[in-house]
Amino acid sequence: MNSLLAVIRRDLLLAMRRKSEVLTALFFFMIVVSLFPLGIGPEPALLRKIAPGVLWVAALLATMLGLQRMFAPDHADGTLEQMALSPTPMGLLVGGKIAAHWLVSGLPLVLLAPVLGLQFDLDAGALGVLVVALLIGTPLLSLIGAIGAALTLGVRGGGVLLSVLVLPLYVPALIFGAGAVEAHISGLGAGGHLSLLAALLALAVFFAPWATTAALRIALE
Amino acid sequence: MNNRLINWFKFASPQSFYPLAGRMIPWFWALTAAFGVAGLWISFFVAPTDAQQGEGYRIIFIHVPASWMSMFIYCIMAGWAGLGLVFNTRLSGMMASALAPTGALMAFLSLWTGALWGKPMWGAWWVWDARLTSELILFFLYIGFIALQAAIDDPRRADKAGAILALVGVVNVPIIYFSVKWWNTLHQGSTINLTKAPSMAQTMLWGMLLMALCFWMYSIAVALMRARAIILERETHTEWVKQLDEVKS
Amino acid sequence: MTWNSPAEFFAMGGYALYVWGSFGVTALALLMEPFLVRHRRSAILRSLRRERLAEELDQQ
Repeated sequence: MNSLLAVIRRDLLLAMRRKSEVLTALFFFMIVVSLFPLGIGPEPALLRKIAPGVLWVAALLATMLGLQRMFAPDHADGTLEQMALSPTPMGLLVGGKIAAHWLVSGLPLVLLAPVLGLQFDLDAGALGVLVVALLIGTPLLSLIGAIGAALTLGVRGGGVLLSVLVLPLYVPALIFGAGAVEAHISGLGAGGHLSLLAALLALAVFFAPWATTAALRIALE
Repeated sequence: MNNRLINWFKFASPQSFYPLAGRMIPWFWALTAAFGVAGLWISFFVAPTDAQQGEGYRIIFIHVPASWMSMFIYCIMAGWAGLGLVFNTRLSGMMASALAPTGALMAFLSLWTGALWGKPMWGAWWVWDARLTSELILFFLYIGFIALQAAIDDPRRADKAGAILALVGVVNVPIIYFSVKWWNTLHQGSTINLTKAPSMAQTMLWGMLLMALCFWMYSIAVALMRARAIILERETHTEWVKQLDEVKS
Repeated sequence: MTWNSPAEFFAMGGYALYVWGSFGVTALALLMEPFLVRHRRSAILRSLRRERLAEELDQQ
């Protein structure tokens, strides 16, 4: 447990040293979301309808930006090999890195989303559901993304390849996440969507660190 | 017991698999042709005109087998991938990469024929129907697998990375299908029920089964051919490859 | 038999574009794929033969 916290602390410290990257992803999220009303038109009814989908798709893309750097620097300076050789199970350390990635690139999106939701004329209830859905969904994105990041570690054309691998796997998260907000707006209640999203998260917490570890060991061979 | 295991693993070496596959390929081509002729005969000359869809329904005789094969091949591919990770056999990875392009082709054909069926029946080339959408995502998964393997130079690493991706994908396929279905029912406003297939006459079912068998045999034949080419590419510097008749001549 | 004449067969009850578009592209794809695989095989065989020849020349 201590080593898990140590990994998280270390990654957060490293992220603090390169604040600009974290902020760039956040601004990317804001800009993408703000482009849609400009492209589609400012009618509030239409904007309310597309808001959940737009915010979620933008969140997917913004998470993608940080993924490639999840393991690449550690791979370059040999930290990853140290982790593979350390007595602590590597899955745990990888879990720590994923958690740190979420804290740096997922959590800010969750906090920023309600502000952007205001641009789309969402009411307070819908904003609440959006935050809860993103709170469950963004860790899921980090977990699935970690597998892709590990598979494409040190591979040529890694960035584009990573999005080709990972984005199709994001489809369920997108559907249930955006669906929760839509269901709430249309009065159906978001409970079903949110519990399915939570079930996916539970599944991913169990399997993703394991698959990521296997992929990392292959990359290290 | 021990003896049997050794025998089984004997065919898992590329060296003994190569000639075996070479002997099997003509048989699978023959079966492909036989099932194909029978299937096409039933699809065009025996199966009656459909009451609702006229002659246009005849597209299902290739649409459905292509969709089946695209899903089936992904599962087989993931199976080979899993075997490769567990037993560390070289052949498993080669089989997985030999199957991927055929699977992607089947997914493409399923989408293509689906569009051509959809246009006259539903009035649109593309509808966001649960099955079509899942098929599209399955196609993306195949493309991801092929792209990942193409990007890694070391074949052993490419095999293993592809194997993990295929296994992650095969876990995800049912989740994706379920989520897309859920999404589809939620958004089905005034649209007609798109999943309604023409009521199956017995002859239609036979035609579809025969065509499915034809596609199945085709996939095996072409995957074996590709596996043989991959074996030659990867085992270039081994002695047994140099001693092959086709290399000597 | 459903068809009275070849013309009727090819017209497919007005669905010719869709039916022949599907079957045609499928047939083309299923013919092209083995052809491409065979091409891949002959390419690797050619380079293997060349290598073998080079080795033989080396030994002489």
